[in-house]
Amino acid sequence: MAVLNEEQTMLRDMAREWTTNESPVTEWRKVRASGDPQAWDASVYATMAEMGWAGIIIPEEHGGSDFGWLSAGLVVEELGKTLTASPLIATTIAASAIVLGGSDAQKAEWLPKIASGEVVATLAVDESPRHAPSKIETTVSGGTISGTKKFVHEAHGAHLFVVAAKDGLYLVPSGDGVTLHDRKLADMRNHADVEFAGAAADKLTDGGDDLLDQVLDRARVLTACEMLGMAQQVFDTTLDYLKQRVQFSQVLSTFQALQHRMADLFADLALMRSAVEGGLQAIDAGFLTSQAATIAKAEANRVLHQLSREGIQLHGGIGMTDEYDVGFYLKRARVLESSFGSTGFLKDRYARLSDY
Amino acid sequence: MASQKDIDRTSDPETFRQEVRQFIAENFPDELKSKGNALAAVEGPATETAAQKSWREAMGSRGWGTPTWPAEYGGGGLSRKHAAILNEELAKAKAHNPIGGMGVMMFGPTLLEYGSEEQKREHIPPICRGEIRWCQGYSEPNAGSDLANLQTMAEDKGDHYLVNGQKTWTSGGQWADKCFCLVRTDRSDKHKGISFLLIDMDSPGVEVRPIQMISGMSPFCETFFDDVKVPKENLVGEEGQGWTIGKRLLQHERTNLSGGGSMARMMGASLADIAKRYVETDSDGRIADAVLRDRIADFEIRWNAFLLTARRAAQESKAQGGVSEISSVLKKVGTKLGQERAELTIEIMGLQGLGWEGEGFTQAELAGVRGWLFGKATTIYGGSTEIQNNIIAKRVLGMLDHQ
Ligand SMILES: Cc1cc2nc3c(=O)[nH]c(=O)nc-3n(C[C@H](O)[C@H](O)[C@H](O)COP(=O)(O)OP(=O)(O)OC[C@H]3O[C@@H](n4cnc5c(N)ncnc54)[C@H](O)[C@@H]3O)c2cc1C
Repeated sequence: MAVLNEEQTMLRDMAREWTTNESPVTEWRKVRASGDPQAWDASVYATMAEMGWAGIIIPEEHGGSDFGWLSAGLVVEELGKTLTASPLIATTIAASAIVLGGSDAQKAEWLPKIASGEVVATLAVDESPRHAPSKIETTVSGGTISGTKKFVHEAHGAHLFVVAAKDGLYLVPSGDGVTLHDRKLADMRNHADVEFAGAAADKLTDGGDDLLDQVLDRARVLTACEMLGMAQQVFDTTLDYLKQRVQFSQVLSTFQALQHRMADLFADLALMRSAVEGGLQAIDAGFLTSQAATIAKAEANRVLHQLSREGIQLHGGIGMTDEYDVGFYLKRARVLESSFGSTGFLKDRYARLSDY
Repeated sequence: MASQKDIDRTSDPETFRQEVRQFIAENFPDELKSKGNALAAVEGPATETAAQKSWREAMGSRGWGTPTWPAEYGGGGLSRKHAAILNEELAKAKAHNPIGGMGVMMFGPTLLEYGSEEQKREHIPPICRGEIRWCQGYSEPNAGSDLANLQTMAEDKGDHYLVNGQKTWTSGGQWADKCFCLVRTDRSDKHKGISFLLIDMDSPGVEVRPIQMISGMSPFCETFFDDVKVPKENLVGEEGQGWTIGKRLLQHERTNLSGGGSMARMMGASLADIAKRYVETDSDGRIADAVLRDRIADFEIRWNAFLLTARRAAQESKAQGGVSEISSVLKKVGTKLGQERAELTIEIMGLQGLGWEGEGFTQAELAGVRGWLFGKATTIYGGSTEIQNNIIAKRVLGMLDHQ
C-alpha cells in the first residue's frame, strides 16, 4: 500500500466505510435484478458526488477538490471490492479529457456540473470489440459528428460523451443525433453501442496531439484500480473460505498445496498493487505516465485473470453458484481486461514505448 | 433380434459397414444432421421431436447407442472393431448417438460389473433404449473432495431402507427418473460404512431444488431425502461395498471427462479459424496481433501434445492390459486446456466474446460465454485438479506424506 497522507487516509477510510455499510455486493444484486440497462442507481451516484468523489481530479476553481489521481484511485479500489456499480469511473476518465484538453470556456461549462454529480460523462473511443485507438473512422464536419462507438461504458444515462474522432477528441452532449443500442455483457453492467449521426460536436483543442493517449492512460490506470479492488476482495474471500472449509477432517488451509497457491497469489497481488499505485503516482507526478499506465493495466490484467479463476477453483463447487459472489468478479474481470487494452495490446504498447 | 446381433459381432467388417450404411439411410432423419445429442446431455428437460424420437428408438432397438454392451441386456454386442466402424459411419453421415447421459457414461458399465442378474435385466435395457435418465447422488454439502465423509443415512428396516439426508450437485436431478446414490449404512467405519443404492426420484420424500449457476443455468440440484423408503433389492453389491463400487464408477466418469471424450467434441472450430474471423490478418494471412498469434500457436501445440498423450495412454493400456500411468494426467491436463481455450476465444473476440444476451451477438457467441463459465466446473468436479495432483503424487510417484 502506498504511503498516504492524512487527507488520503481519511478519504480511503470514508470510502471503505461507505461501501461496506451502504454498498455491499447485495446492493449490486438488487441493481442486477432490476434489469435496468443503466445498471446503477442515480441516488447512489448523487450520494457519491455529495461526498466529493466526482470532483477528486477536478481543479478547485471548477468545483472539484483536486486531490489527485492517487486519491481517486483509493476510492475506485473500494468500489471495486464490493462491485459497486456507478458512473464514477467513466465520468472521472471523461473529466480528465476536459481538464487536459478543454478551453477555459469548456472547462467552465462542464467541470462544475461533473464535480457536483449533475452531469454523467463517458469516453467513447473504440469502434470494434477490441481496443484499437489507432483505428478510428468517426469524422466531424461542419460541427457535427458521425460514427459508431462500440461497447461504451456507462453510456445509458450519460449526459456527455467525450468522443474520439479522426482528428481529435470532441464533446458531444446526449440528445439529437445520438442513439444508444444496449449491449448486455456477462458483467450485466451498463454498456451500449453509441451511434453518432449529425450530433453537435465541440472539439477539445488545448490538449496537444497526444491528448487521446493521455486520456487513455488515465482510463487504463483507473480501470486497473477497480480491478485491484476486485482482486483484493477475491483474495481475501478465498483466504477466509480456505480457513473455514473442512474436508478430510481438517481445514483446507492446512494443505500445503493450497498454502503455496495462496502464497503465490499473495505475491502476485503485491506486484499488481505496486503497479497500479505506480500508475496513479506517475499521473500525479506527470512523469513517464504512459509506461506506468501500461504496466499498471498489464499487471492488473495478468493478476486479476489468475485470481478470478483461482477464486472459483479454490471455492470448489459453490464457487460456481450464483449465490456466491466470486463468480461476479470473474465476469466483471474479463470485461475490464478487454477494456482499454487487452494484455496483447499492452505488451505491444510497452515494447513500442520502450523503442523495441 | 439376438440372432441379428450375433451376426453383427462376427460379420465381415465390410459387410457390417454396408449394413450400418443401410441402417442410417433408412432410419436417420435428415433434419437431425449435425445436431448435437440434446437428449443424451444431462441438462434440459426430456422433450423430443418426432424425428429425435424415431432416431432414438431405431438406435435403441439395435443397441447401437451402447455398441459394446452385451446384447443380452439390450446392448449392441459389437466387438471394438465393429463399434469403431459404426462410429465412423455415424460421423460420416453427421449423425449423433442419441443414447447417452450418466446411465451410459457411468452407471451402466458399473452395474454390468457389480449388479445382480435381476438388476442388470431391470436397469440396463432401458438405458440402452435411452428411456431412463439417471443422476448421480454422491456429493453432499460436507462431502465434496472428501466424498467418503458422506452422511446420508440408509437405515435397515427389514424389507427396505429408510433414507434420510441431503445430496448436492445432483446433475439433472430435476429431470432424472432414478438416482444412483452413495449412502451410509454404518456409522462406525468411514469407508466400509458406505453402500451403493438405487433410488427412484419420484419416491415420496424426495425433493429437489435447482441451484442457479454463474452461467445462468440451473442444471444441478440439491436433493433432500426425508424418510424415503427404498426396497432392499435396490442395493447394488453388498452392504458396505459402496465405496469400492462408487470409486469404480468414478473411473468411468473420469475417462469420459478427460480430453479423450467430451472435451474433444466440445472443441469445434480451431482457434486460428476463429481468430481469422475476428481479428486482422496481414497480407500473408498471419494474425496481425503478434502476441495473440503466439498464444494461439502455443495453445494448439500443447493441445496436439495432449491428444497424442490421450492416444498413447489408450495404446499403452491396450498393450499392457491395464490402465496406463499417464492416463492419470489426462483429466487434469484436458480440463485445463479446455478452460484455456475458452479464455483465449474470449480474448480473440474482445468484448464481442463476452455477450450475455440480447441484440448484437450470434447464438454461437452467446453459447461460448455460457460454456466458458460452465467450463470452470470441469477442474472441480469428477475429482478436482488438486485431488488429481494428490493422486498422481502419492499413487503414481510414491511421494508419501511425511506424517
Ligand atoms: C457443475 C458441477 C456438477 C457436479 N455434478 C455432480 C453430480 O452430478 N453428482 C455429484 O455427486 N457431485 C457432483 N458435483 C460435485 C463435485 O464432485 C464436487 O464439487 C467436487 O467433489 C469438489 O467438492 P467441493 O465442491 O465440496 O469442493 P471442496 O472439496 O470443498 O474443495 C475446495 C477446494 O479445495 C481443494 N482441495 C480439497 N481437498 C484438497 C486436498 N486434500 N489437497 C489440496 N486441495 C484440496 C479442491 O480441489 C478445491 O479447489 C458437481 C460439481 C459441479 C461444480
